[in-house]
Amino acid sequence: MLEHYISLATKAMFVENILLAYFLGMCSFLAISKKIDTSIGLGFAVVFVLTITSPANWAIHHYFLQEGALAWAGFPDVDLSFLNFIVFIAVIAAMVQLVEMILDRFSPTLYHNLGIFLPLIAVNCSILGGSLFLIEREYTLIESTVFGFGSGMGWFLAIVSMASIRHRLRYSNVPHKLRGLGITMLLTGLLSMAFMAFSGIDL
Amino acid sequence: MALLSKKSKKAITDPLSTNNPITLQVLGICSALAVTVKMDTAVVMTLAVVAVLSISNTLIALLRNFIPTKVRIIVQLSVIASLVILTDQVLKAYMYDISKQLSVFVGLIITNCIVMGRAEAFAMQNTPGKSFLDGLGNGLGYGGILIAVSFFREILGSGTLYGFQIIPDAAYSAGYENMGLMVLSPGAFVILGLIVWVHRISANIEEE
Repeated sequence: MLEHYISLATKAMFVENILLAYFLGMCSFLAISKKIDTSIGLGFAVVFVLTITSPANWAIHHYFLQEGALAWAGFPDVDLSFLNFIVFIAVIAAMVQLVEMILDRFSPTLYHNLGIFLPLIAVNCSILGGSLFLIEREYTLIESTVFGFGSGMGWFLAIVSMASIRHRLRYSNVPHKLRGLGITMLLTGLLSMAFMAFSGIDL
Repeated sequence: MALLSKKSKKAITDPLSTNNPITLQVLGICSALAVTVKMDTAVVMTLAVVAVLSISNTLIALLRNFIPTKVRIIVQLSVIASLVILTDQVLKAYMYDISKQLSVFVGLIITNCIVMGRAEAFAMQNTPGKSFLDGLGNGLGYGGILIAVSFFREILGSGTLYGFQIIPDAAYSAGYENMGLMVLSPGAFVILGLIVWVHRISANIEEE
């Protein structure tokens, strides 16, 4: 059983990396990957938020929104799954607020560094994407938590490696018009190719 | 077009080239790439984004004087999320196959930075009419890049265009092979990177 979870986590982390294979969370990835410190901070925030929101959204979907989920309240025919999007985004926004308050209290420097980008986690596609994927793939509660954590770690790895590459890039002679977004996209392509080498690994 | 004043025309045409949401504002790349393996999904996604973006911009511009600044993000999100739910239901009802292929990416329009970004940067300060045009322009600018990326990915990766075979069988029997990489995710990154490069050369814009 444990093997199943480890395999799920590695799959989410490497083989089906949420950023490099599903393109989720690109906006903040491109904006924050200029400095290693801030990218580590944001990476951890994403891991934390994903790990919390995935089981929370799973529970809400399972006990309130799914077709027939309201049977315990006496409404066996009600199907509220169309409300998924709006409820998930509300849960995520609340969680982000929580992380923001915790960071503000315990790590003011990090809070200061992440600045305006922390609220942007709420609209980071990888968080909502993680929740939507776990509904679509019909994971269980523990699987969802593991998947959320794995995806978060995958995103963390991707952004930190990209920040390190961009750090080195400062000393290289990139064609002027390619600087910024262009070269970053090409590098992401290479990074994503590198991560594809993990496919086929089965634990 | 005498129908539109110079200023409103600018609101539409600017995002198409000199202020393109993807290549220059760097917004909305999240959901842009995953749907670009085939052109038909890219076209449907474009339509969905244009619809959501222009309607949400109009609605938020209408509400802009009633939204308290402190809770504006959550108001914007709920407007956008409701529109995305509508779009999703329409797609499920009338284009079930494509909606299956788009899977979670329709839902992800909610977190597409363009929609939020335009609501925050434009619709909160402008009249509904102008905001509608701005939404339309940005949606089309976004869709243009989406369709361009999918054009190259489909023709290089599967040898087809909108589902029709373009590369002749003779080429295949002569040893031509589809580029498998284009179907996979790195292809999208590389193509978008190159498109950004070409676009910035043609628009003569530099970063930093």
